[in-house]
Order: sequence, then C-alpha cells, then structure tokens
Amino acid sequence: MANSMYAIEVENLTKIYGKGETAVIAIADATFQVKPGELVAILGPSGSGKTTLLTSIGLINEPTHGKVIIDDTIVADEGWVSGIDLKQLRREKLGFIFQAHNLIPFLTALENVMIALEINRLSRREAKRRATELLISLNLGHRLNNYPTALSGGEAQRVAIARALANRPKVILADEPTAALDTENGKNVMDLLKKLAVENHSAILVVTHDRRMVEGFDRIFEVHDGRIAS
Amino acid sequence: MNLAIRDIRYHRGRFILTSIGLGLLLGVVMSMGGIYRGLFADALTILTITKADIWVVQQDTNGPFAENSRIPEDIKYRIKAVPGVALASPLSFQTIQIDRSDKPLRFFLIGFDLNGFGGPPVILAGRNIRRKHYEMVVAQGMKMEIGEKIRLGLHDYTVVGITGKVVSSSGDPAAFVTLADAQEIQFKKDNDAIRNDRQRIGANLSGMQTLSPAQANYLRQNIAGITESTHTVNTVVARLAPGANVHEVQERIRRWNHFRPISVEEQTKILTKGMIEKARMQLGLFRMVLLVISAVIISLIIYTSTLDKIKVIATLKLIGSRNRVIVGMILQQSLLMGVIAYGIGYLLILLTYERFPRRIVLEPFDLQLLFAIVMAICVIASFVGIRKALKVEPAEALGG
Ligand SMILES: Nc1ncnc2c1ncn2[C@@H]1O[C@H](COP(=O)(O)OP(=O)(O)O)[C@@H](O)[C@H]1O
Ligand SMILES: [Mg+2]
Repeated sequence: MANSMYAIEVENLTKIYGKGETAVIAIADATFQVKPGELVAILGPSGSGKTTLLTSIGLINEPTHGKVIIDDTIVADEGWVSGIDLKQLRREKLGFIFQAHNLIPFLTALENVMIALEINRLSRREAKRRATELLISLNLGHRLNNYPTALSGGEAQRVAIARALANRPKVILADEPTAALDTENGKNVMDLLKKLAVENHSAILVVTHDRRMVEGFDRIFEVHDGRIAS
Repeated sequence: MNLAIRDIRYHRGRFILTSIGLGLLLGVVMSMGGIYRGLFADALTILTITKADIWVVQQDTNGPFAENSRIPEDIKYRIKAVPGVALASPLSFQTIQIDRSDKPLRFFLIGFDLNGFGGPPVILAGRNIRRKHYEMVVAQGMKMEIGEKIRLGLHDYTVVGITGKVVSSSGDPAAFVTLADAQEIQFKKDNDAIRNDRQRIGANLSGMQTLSPAQANYLRQNIAGITESTHTVNTVVARLAPGANVHEVQERIRRWNHFRPISVEEQTKILTKGMIEKARMQLGLFRMVLLVISAVIISLIIYTSTLDKIKVIATLKLIGSRNRVIVGMILQQSLLMGVIAYGIGYLLILLTYERFPRRIVLEPFDLQLLFAIVMAICVIASFVGIRKALKVEPAEALGG
C-alpha cells in the first residue's frame, strides 16, 4: 500500500537501454522517496544517468524494472502499469522544466503558460487569468505579449517555470534548468525553485552537473554510472 | 487557443508566399475548367442563336460545322413543304482570314436570307442589314465600328450594325452578310479564273467535230451557267410547326434520301463529342497534373513545417497534450492553406477572365467541385506531416 507521505517513490528502479552485448545500464536499482515541498538535487557528471532517472519518473521513459509511484498512483511496476493514462498523469501531476526553455516559439509568454492550462481543459478566460497572475508573480508582467525570441535567457526560463507551475503539479522535474544561463541567472532560477517548493508544497527534482548550483537544497543525490548515493 | 493560426501568424511571410504560389496554380486549374466550359459554349453558340429545330445538310455528312456540307439553295422550298415544318431558311458558313492593318483578322462569315432566319441574334448598335448587297453586321469580337469597310472577294462591305458575342465553334468572331453576298464571296471565282475556265471549255467544245457551231454555242452558255453557279448553301435550317414531332419530320426529310436532317440534339452531340472531346481530355489531364503538383507542394510544405516543429510537438506531448491537439494543428494549417490558395486563385480568375483570348465560363458547380477536391487534397497531403508528428517521442523535448 502506497504511503501518502510521499510525492515520489522509487523502488529498485532499473533502466537498461538496448539488449545483449550492447546493453547499457543507465540506472541501477535506485530506491528513494521525495516528500511534497522537498527540493532535491540530482548531481552527477555527464552520462551518469541523471536524465534517465528524471524521464523514468516523468513518465516518458519506461523503466525496465522496479516501481515508480507518483502521488500514491503506481505508474510503473516492472514496466508501465497497464491501463494507465500517462499523458493525463503528466498533465495533472507533473511539471517539466528543460535545459533550453522549450517555449513554443510562435506563442507569446502569456500563451505559452495558457496552453498548459488549456490542455487541462481550463476555459480560455480562466487560463488567461491564472497565467497572467503567475507571470506577474514571477516579475514578468511587462513581458506577457512578447514572443520567446524577444525574452532574455533568464526571462524565458522564468516563463518556462511558470508553465511548469501552471497546473499546480505535485511534482516538478527540471533537467539542467540552469545549463543555458550564466551563473547569476542560474542562481536566480535555483532560488526561485527553492521558494516555489515551499510555497506550492511541490516535490522538486532538479538535475544538474554543476555543484555550485545546489547549495540550500534539502537533499542532494549523487549519481555515478547509474548508481545513486545520498 | 488555436495553435495552427498562431503558428501561421508567426510565420506569415512564408505562409502567404506559399499560398500565393498555390493560388496561382489553382487559378490555372480554374481557368482550364473555364476554358473547357468556354469551348463548350463557343461550340454551341451558332447552334443556339439560330433557334432551328432541324439542320438539313448534305447526305452522309456531319455538317455544317464538323464537316463540309453543300446543298442546293432551292431545296428550302421542298423542306418548307414537308408537313410539320413551319419555316425553312438557307445558311452559308465560311471562315475568312484577311489582313487588316497588317494583322491577320480571322472571322466566321454567316450568310443568311433576309426573309428567313439565322441572322444576328441582337443588334447592340447600328441596325440590321437592309440592302441586298454589301452590308455587314459584325460581332463585338471583330472590334470594328459602324461605317468601317473591309474588302471581301470582289467588293467592299460596310459595317452597319454590331451584334453580341457570336463566335464560331472554334472561337472566331462572327460576321453576317446576306446569303447572296456570302455565296458570291464563297463560290464565285475571281474574274480571271472565270475567264480561264470559259476559254478552256470553249476550246474543248470547238475541238469536238460532231458539234455544230450552234450546238457548241448553246452548250458553252449552259456550262458557263454551271461554272458560275453560286446557288449553293451549307445547310437549310428548319423550325417546326407547333406540336410537330422532330423525329417524324426528320423521317419525312430523310425519305428523299438526298439530304441528312440533323436534330438540335444530334448536332449538339456532333459539336461536343466530336469536336471538343479531345480538348476536354487534354485540359482534364493538365488539371489533374496541376492538382497533383499542388498536392505534392502542400504535403512538402506541411511536412517541412512539421519537421520545424518537432521540438514544439515533443514539448506539447511531454506536457500532456492529447494527440488530437497536434493532429488538429497540422490538419488545420493544411486546410487553411488550401482555403487561402483557393481564394487567391479565384480572385485572380475573377479579375482576369474577361481578358483571356478565349472565352472562360466559370460554372459554380465546377468551382464547388474544385473546392471540395482541394480540401480533400489538403487532408491527404497533411497525412505525411501527421504521421511524422505522431511518431515524435516526448523525450525529444529534452536536451539542448
Ligand atoms: N535513448 C537511449 N538509448 C541508448 N542509450 C541511452 C539512451 N539515453 C541515454 N543513454 C545512455 O544512458 C546513459 C545515461 O544517459 P543520461 O541519462 O542521458 O545521462 P546524463 O543525463 O546524466 O548525462 C549514457 O551512457 C547514455 O549514453
Ligand atoms: Mg542529461
């Protein structure tokens, strides 16, 4: 029986790419839990399996073995649990932040946030109201109608954070969110994530290879060759 | 939020250019349909304006349009006497090309009986022909003015009236003269040729030892009468008395076995099936090729624009968009491109069709059918893009 104390639970998670001679064990036997409101860093060198871990929890990369439980729903148990709507879970429970902001180039800042709300069937008006509010709270009130190309790197990443937060997800997954930013903007983004974890009571999992970025995190998992140590 | 429209708005330059290009293609497709309908209308113009029920032509011919037909003018009396015929009138047709101010002027000369029918359908300016000789009514397409003269055969003809858009089955503008004038232009050889003929026949007759000089002279005069005879026409058209049955009247005329009575229905078939069927097939083939080209262009554009959006599509999938949203975006763009291109093509044709050298007839049915075909093409053309989009993995959104 799942324990409602945790937003994310991972048990003996293993991900193997390929088969036979060329098989790569990207994640080996990972077990951990993350509580709501907790800010966790996954730190490790390139190729150590950080993205694989994130995408397995993010329901876009099927685990080979082990269990993944998101907000009390068992989503993977030796592969995806059959009959589960991964897209719906991603819409409702997860928020993603990417290395490159991944904003949709032909939508304005406001529309980029609205789209995340509209795919969750919010009315246009409600989506607009909530997106505007969110962007203003992230100091982007003057950028609502700008296209991503007109935004600075830090601004674009803040819009992307607003999009990830829009549906008030239980879990936020960020893959190298500061990699495309300079140190100062990177620190600002991390500070923002810290603040949001507390305010929104979301579990936030941040992947990075940059040790300087993870100060003040609740926990730090270090990954080496697919093995996790905390 | 409509993603298709947002994307188009953002890339409007590219979208508009593509739509204009496609619009030109569709405009050509529309004009080809219009040309075919124009051919059809042209081919049937004279048939229509003559308002005859039966066209009597030479035995074993499909005259007078598709084939040559020559019959004596005086059979009009015999035709008129056939029970069921109310009116019969002879007509002569010939295509003439002359040089006018150093440019070739090609037209279709119709000779009609001033006391019969088959003359100009309307008079837009001036008057109808009144004198027996050397007056002419021309179609607008001749671009002549009242009072203008042209030389045909041995005489000058004066334009006295302008009629509407009357053209021959090959699209040449028509001109009307009296039957007698038309016969003279068509059949009377020029004076030199007549003199030559007379001398040749005279010499032959003088050489015949068995003829007395009086007999030779008598023969010479009669032969001259035949060689100079102009009393030949191409067709005699007949209108039926009220209540008369076309088939019965045709049967009565056919019984003499010297002439072929062609009903309007049959004449329509001869003109359309025989004369413009090839043009129809050719235009149809071109239209199909152009539509295939349009389909290829649309699918290429949609496919490349989908490739440009792989990351967008992956991101949308990752944040949980339903496939419907993504398929809808691509399909709507394709359809929108089709609608706009169709609109541009239509506008183009609407603005230019009167300036085409040949008549263009735009039938609403043809245009609606083309629209439906274009929409179907857009749906099919978007399949390659949609297939690609559906294969995109959400994980492709990650990374640089
Ligand atoms: N789709 C894949 N197919 C095969 N091997 C993969 C795939 N994705 C990642 N890998 C391999 O798995 C290992 C971990 O990769 P990744 O999770 O991307 O590491 P990180 O994000 O820490 O750089 C690497 O050896 C990588 O080459
Ligand atoms: Mg990575």
